[in-house]
Amino acid sequence: MKFIPDPVGRFFHRMASPPHFYALTEKLMPWLSAVFLLLLAGGLYGGLYLAPPDYQQGDSYRIIYIHVPSAWMSLFIYIVMAMAGAIGLIWRIKLAEIVAISSASVGAGFTFIALVTGSLWGKPMWGTWWVWDARLTSELILLFLYLGVIGLYNAIDDKRTASKAVAILALVGVVNISIIHYSVEWWNTLHQGPTVTKMDKPSIHVSMLVPLLTMAAAFKFYYLIAMLQRARLELLQRERTAAWVKKLVAEQQS
Amino acid sequence: MSLHEFFAMGGYAFYVWTSYGLCFVVLLANILLPVIRRKQFLRQLAHKQKRQNS
Repeated sequence: MKFIPDPVGRFFHRMASPPHFYALTEKLMPWLSAVFLLLLAGGLYGGLYLAPPDYQQGDSYRIIYIHVPSAWMSLFIYIVMAMAGAIGLIWRIKLAEIVAISSASVGAGFTFIALVTGSLWGKPMWGTWWVWDARLTSELILLFLYLGVIGLYNAIDDKRTASKAVAILALVGVVNISIIHYSVEWWNTLHQGPTVTKMDKPSIHVSMLVPLLTMAAAFKFYYLIAMLQRARLELLQRERTAAWVKKLVAEQQS
Repeated sequence: MSLHEFFAMGGYAFYVWTSYGLCFVVLLANILLPVIRRKQFLRQLAHKQKRQNS
């Protein structure tokens, strides 16, 4: 068992220990919250106030500052969830299972936001709330995948078995992620093509790009906060009979 | 830019502010719900522990 250098191995071993994780996340929370709120304030100020209106879409385009970061997060969180699920499946690490299922509700939230804000943006710009085009349909399937993961997890009583089932479902669903990503290139869609991730030159002005990226960073921190809060609940529920939880409860009473 | 102009959003106030409001509600719920449920769960555990000790 000497394949991994000692400090690295010790770090992962400690991180994966439930009481250490529970205590560490509690200490991290104020810092994560502070960074999140600063980025959020900066992003909103830049996006809603400093950035000029769009020359074609007027002020309606300001929905972009939540719509696009939410859509990015919906994909990003799904990949994290599938990877954590795979790690849990292969190495039976309890914390990986917990990170996977704790990501699902946050991801579902972002997917829902991306869909509804897209609809609210589509109505004034496209003249319709919804079309069954490739981008929108695959994003809707993503929402159902998230809800499927949550439903499946809740339906199985033994949480270790539930985590296995959920990981397999999440891994199968990864196909949908590439479909969402390439949907605007593979099919002729009403949804516009990528404006930011074009490597040569993003077709968006810097005064709009900076708040957009700031909001994206803020949402990354939000994900950490929300996922860890859910993970703390999940961990306590799973470890309810463990000695460290009993000690924690006894300490809180005194 | 006046405050009124800011909130009017060039005539798109309904679409823009509904988007932001909804986003705010969903994001807040995903933090508050697990925190509230964790506190409840800890209280439950404390009750159980007290009963067992007495």
